[in-house]
Amino acid sequence: MPDKKIRVLIAKPGLDGHDRGAKIIARALRDAGMEVIYTGLRQTPEMIASAAVQEDVDVIGLSVLSGAHNTLCPQLMSLLHGKGMDDVMVLVGGIIPEADIPGLKKAGIAEIFLPGTSTQDIVGFIRGRLPQRA
Amino acid sequence: MSEKPKSGSTVIEPSKPEQPRTAQAPSVRKPSAKETAWEQQTLNPTLTKSPERQEKFTTLSDHNIRRLYTSADLADWSPERDLGFPGEPPYTRGIHATMYRGKMWTMRQFAGFGAAEDTNQRFRYLLSQGQTGLSVAFDLPTLMGYDSDHPLSEGEVGKCGVAISSLADMEVLFDQIPIGAVTTSMTINSPAAVIWAMYLAVAEKQGADWKKISGTIQNDILKEYIAQKEYIYPPAPSMRLVIDTFEFGMKHTPKFNTISISGYHIREAGSTAIQELAFTLRDGIEYVDWGIRRGMDVDAFVPQLSFFFNAHNDFFEEIAKYRAARRIWYKAMRERFGAKNPRTWALRFHTQTAGCSLTAQQPYNNVVRTAIQALAAVMGGTQSLHTNSLDEAWALPTEFAATVALRTQQIIAHESGVTNTVDPLGGSYFVETLTGEVERGAWDYIERIDALGGMVAAIERSYPQREIAEASYRYQLEVDRKEKIIVGVNDYVSEEKPLETLQIDESVAVRQSARLKQLRAERSSDEVARRLAALRAAAKSTENLMPFIYDAVKSYATLGEICDALREIFGTFEEVAIT
Repeated sequence: MPDKKIRVLIAKPGLDGHDRGAKIIARALRDAGMEVIYTGLRQTPEMIASAAVQEDVDVIGLSVLSGAHNTLCPQLMSLLHGKGMDDVMVLVGGIIPEADIPGLKKAGIAEIFLPGTSTQDIVGFIRGRLPQRA
Repeated sequence: MSEKPKSGSTVIEPSKPEQPRTAQAPSVRKPSAKETAWEQQTLNPTLTKSPERQEKFTTLSDHNIRRLYTSADLADWSPERDLGFPGEPPYTRGIHATMYRGKMWTMRQFAGFGAAEDTNQRFRYLLSQGQTGLSVAFDLPTLMGYDSDHPLSEGEVGKCGVAISSLADMEVLFDQIPIGAVTTSMTINSPAAVIWAMYLAVAEKQGADWKKISGTIQNDILKEYIAQKEYIYPPAPSMRLVIDTFEFGMKHTPKFNTISISGYHIREAGSTAIQELAFTLRDGIEYVDWGIRRGMDVDAFVPQLSFFFNAHNDFFEEIAKYRAARRIWYKAMRERFGAKNPRTWALRFHTQTAGCSLTAQQPYNNVVRTAIQALAAVMGGTQSLHTNSLDEAWALPTEFAATVALRTQQIIAHESGVTNTVDPLGGSYFVETLTGEVERGAWDYIERIDALGGMVAAIERSYPQREIAEASYRYQLEVDRKEKIIVGVNDYVSEEKPLETLQIDESVAVRQSARLKQLRAERSSDEVARRLAALRAAAKSTENLMPFIYDAVKSYATLGEICDALREIFGTFEEVAIT
């Protein structure tokens, strides 16, 4: 049976409109053969969790640059848990102070990618965690 | 305020240039006999012995750069027509006859964090350190027209700038800062009319004369749709609000810049230098078009329009961009709009060094990047300058980092010697050629946008958004492939200690919520309701909204309440997400 493509939801939570990074990642993952859905701007954690269920994604990539990560990420994780989406891999990219990383990982974020990460590193990380998929 | 201007029109009839504006394509390069001899006798043997490091040399924006520029590159160039003299058309050499020999640029550091009292303290510190103008950074809820206690503000209050929800906050922000004596720039767009009204109300309370106060509101909604994405309303009512502020400013605050037409954010979103220049100036043309359609005289309102550019890493490309900007604006104002006032022709601009060039890795290197970028802005003739702080890839700057950034400007101003003469690079084969090429590239884009029916129409078709996304992705791939080197990121990497950064905690949101609760209890809710009803009614008509917004602000209606009143009438905008 052919492997199903990895499905990724790229989301931009919060009020920030700086979407350069989110768009680059969406395109890089698509170029790497994944199926990518980009939510667009200003998505609440509720909207992101619903989209993740509807689109039946394997991975959620959140882009957060505004400093609101400690509020938004745990909210999303608990909403996903409530919807039985515990197996979805949630990644965060953006400006995250080192001190906040342990707390986010404890909340269930699989990995945090800081400024300067190459797109191949992110592709490599996702493939490494989902090796059975295309 | 008694005139009833036409506004809210959605019919878009862009102005048309008399003839295609594109500077003529350069003729074929004809090297002199001496240059040909040099190639044969000196260059070719050298290349045979030791080839160059790479086949192609390009700017940061992938613009091809020749090995050597000579008089052969300037065959079509006329110093009288293309260079002129400083303070005179086409303003290539600067808009003032003496430039920095007469007056240094304004050192204007963008600052804002936490609640109004926190930022007030930083402002007073920066002024005490020799800063010559203020520049306010607002937090995301304020930029989006939400009060600090709105559910969508959760986690964002005071984080990216200062939280301003009402006139009461604005009064604290400018406590003991004389608005009549300092100039203030405010980075606010969708809610610009409301924040400006708050500022004018504080000015009035301080007894400052509106006719004399000076400063800038960013108020550039077009680049929000294109790049920064902090829009609230759809384009047509947003443009009406902008033109309302132009009209109000022309009558009541003749020294205030009613807009700062911004390329900064376009560049930060990943555009090339030429795209930054072209989209910004085409935005400028769009505003002038809409102002004229309102019935204003081009030479009466355009002198209050200012510009704002990015200063990125590629030194000469940036200098060429600023020089080309002045030349294009002059030609556009004179030839397209028939402007006769030299103050309409002369493009004045603020510069900020490139935030997107700062690296989270080895952050002290950012001081060097910022210094090079700031030097380009000064060599390009900027009127004011913000230098980024070394820690801004991580957070808002600490006081230490902000001080180093200000000192960087002071060193350029007082130690480097570049301010001793006007336009020090004028006449350079390379700089003049590059200025011409950048100008031509920008005119090509401007004509393409004209053909699409103007900038609002182009935005609705996602044209500039797509061009920027393409350029941004191309650049990222070049970085990933190490075709473009970023020191400390994809080369010269080393281990390092984490940096001490400024953290804003949730106590700001708690303070803001308490203050809003108190405000709502103490003000006259009847008066607020009356003022908001009057604003709604005016929004449905074609009246200028500034007086209504001003009245609402003075009754202590909050930012969120005022923006909501307009949301009811105008609706909100959602973009088509492109990737």
